[in-house]
Amino acid sequence: MEKFLEKSIPVRRKNLTFWQKLYIPAILSGLKITMTEFFKPSVTIRYPEERTVMPESFRGRPVLVAENGTERCVACGLCARVCPALAIEVQAGETELGKERYPERFEINMVRCIFCGFCEEVCPEEAIIMSQEYELVFTSQKEALFGKDKLMKPIEEVQTRLDFLRKNR
Amino acid sequence: MATVKLTINGKQVETENNRTIIQAARDNGISIPHFCWHEKLSTSGNCRICLVEVEKMPKLAIACMTTVAEGMVVNTANERVVNAREAVMEFILINHPLDCPICDEAGECKLQDYSYKYSQGYSRFVEDKNHKDKRVEIGPRVMFDAERCISCSRCIRFCDEVAGVHQLQFVNRGDHTTIETFPGESLDNPYSMNVVDICPVGALTNRDFRFKSRVWEMSFTESVCNGCARGCNIDVGVRNNEILRLTPRKNDDVNSVWMCDHGRIDTWKHVNAEDRIAGPMVRKAGNLVSVGWDEAMAKVAGELKLFNKNEIAFIGSAYASNEDNFVLARFAREVIGSKNIDRLSHTVEGDEDAILIRADKTPNDTGAALVGIAPGEGGRNIDAIVQGIRDGQIKALYALEDDVAQHPELEKVLYKLEFFAVHATNANKSTRAADVVLACSTFAERSGTITNFQKRVQRLRPAVVTLERERALDGMAMSRQDKFTAPNDSWGKGPRRDSRASWRIVAAIGNIMGAKFRYATAEEVFADITHAVEAFKGLTYLKVGNKGAMLKFKAS
Repeated sequence: MEKFLEKSIPVRRKNLTFWQKLYIPAILSGLKITMTEFFKPSVTIRYPEERTVMPESFRGRPVLVAENGTERCVACGLCARVCPALAIEVQAGETELGKERYPERFEINMVRCIFCGFCEEVCPEEAIIMSQEYELVFTSQKEALFGKDKLMKPIEEVQTRLDFLRKNR
Repeated sequence: MATVKLTINGKQVETENNRTIIQAARDNGISIPHFCWHEKLSTSGNCRICLVEVEKMPKLAIACMTTVAEGMVVNTANERVVNAREAVMEFILINHPLDCPICDEAGECKLQDYSYKYSQGYSRFVEDKNHKDKRVEIGPRVMFDAERCISCSRCIRFCDEVAGVHQLQFVNRGDHTTIETFPGESLDNPYSMNVVDICPVGALTNRDFRFKSRVWEMSFTESVCNGCARGCNIDVGVRNNEILRLTPRKNDDVNSVWMCDHGRIDTWKHVNAEDRIAGPMVRKAGNLVSVGWDEAMAKVAGELKLFNKNEIAFIGSAYASNEDNFVLARFAREVIGSKNIDRLSHTVEGDEDAILIRADKTPNDTGAALVGIAPGEGGRNIDAIVQGIRDGQIKALYALEDDVAQHPELEKVLYKLEFFAVHATNANKSTRAADVVLACSTFAERSGTITNFQKRVQRLRPAVVTLERERALDGMAMSRQDKFTAPNDSWGKGPRRDSRASWRIVAAIGNIMGAKFRYATAEEVFADITHAVEAFKGLTYLKVGNKGAMLKFKAS
């Protein structure tokens, strides 16, 4: 016990001068900083009226690329397998198209999703990619289950990300 | 048999002198890659992946065709062999499409595994791959993708040697080689789906299972097929608490590594079916109404008390396990005192073959008879029960998991019964006539044993969860999804039925009527069987194990 006390750090009490005890000079120097910043150009934006443009490398919510009205996805299930949060569920079905398989059901539990981008990385078809969208509001757990209706995005809207992926592959 | 000594990878190995290197290595835990070689088929030696170095032989030799010899020194993993293997893999992969994302074989594909293990990991082939037919319906139950085929000829040899029908053959030459059925033929033999299992790639796939699930998303439970008296050993593949497919499991004493298409497709659909009995039901004012277990069982106990012991008949079931039938026989004899106990036969004369399929379409007729489902002395057999109902001498009938109304004579007299209770898994003719329907678990939902025609006892293990079980707590096989599902997930939420094992229901009814059945698990019932039935003596679930155990009979 004694040893412990010996080691403990003593509280240092400053002997403040009268001038310092007044506080007023400190307040004034603080106000000076405030006023100089006040007349500098603003760095914040007026969200949600104004929005930032996210860089291409930004990982927003994952979306499914829709090409010619149908998803690129072949329901291989690799995204579901690699997902560390187990957010993705895929049920495959058979289609007449050349790709043979398509996702009958594709569901991402956005409460589970951690935006790691593994699904995008593992996808052999560039069918699931991270979008620029980051605004996700749910009022119930059920609402957070995104089906194909919410996940599908026309290819034109996600072209920048696809180009980015190609460039950095 | 004379034995020879040889050295494989520096390990001294002794083996019979007519074995090949691949067999000798396999027996001693050394695996040599192989596509075309299969332990149950003849050797064709055309894939060349099993090349090994044999000292004093000028060139590498294929392990599947080279018989062992005294003093042979074999090397399966030196640089020369590894290089040759990489070259063979490169040749095989030249025309193999990158279909893995859409291929059902992915995850259990030999070519996929070997690509990781034995190939160089990149492709030097820049030309166009050969294109062939895809999605060919080569048989009613098998889909063929010609591009994926690596021409190993396993399927051809299977049809010729095991199924005994010559339906498949190679056509064309070189890299245009493909498999076709003979003109006018289709791959429709009753064992056709085994080619799916033995196909080392995804060229032949199961049409019934097509795109249902990736194999790594399923859990697999070792069980026994209930399609006929053979009792082929199987693995039950389950996802989202739904059976998706059955695959044969090796057991040389029963089914080798095969199973028939009927068993593979038709024996489990009822487990997932819409018409499953979701819980116990009692007839009230002419309609079956869902009730709680206590009410249903009290109703049965109360009704049975109203009749004289000779007015009650019991029909056991060759579809139910040894445990279920044993408890029913005890209930009938000890609690009720009735000797009117029998079972229906489901033998289809002539519908059998010399391979696996048996004429008896039930999995446990042998076991049911052994544990006491047979009329007692002076008791009525099935015909006498029907006659008794007709005459009004039998007034109550208690039937185990069997659609007894399928019996044409019995169906006609069912209306005469004053009380009819039936255990059922699915809605059927009997449940429509019954006063009480007790929802019992299917073969895939309960623990138990069945006895096949060879008098081999084999284990059933639960693969699908019912309300009375918990997948994790009961030690059932779990997929990754089963392990991590949470209440807010949409997966892992397959339907769970309120069904119970038949022995549990019968024992509970018996206890209401004053019996003292103290069984907590199927294993305890089995322990009781081993005491009561001579042939089962000394057996335990542990001894029955994965491969079953033969019953012992005194020589008479």
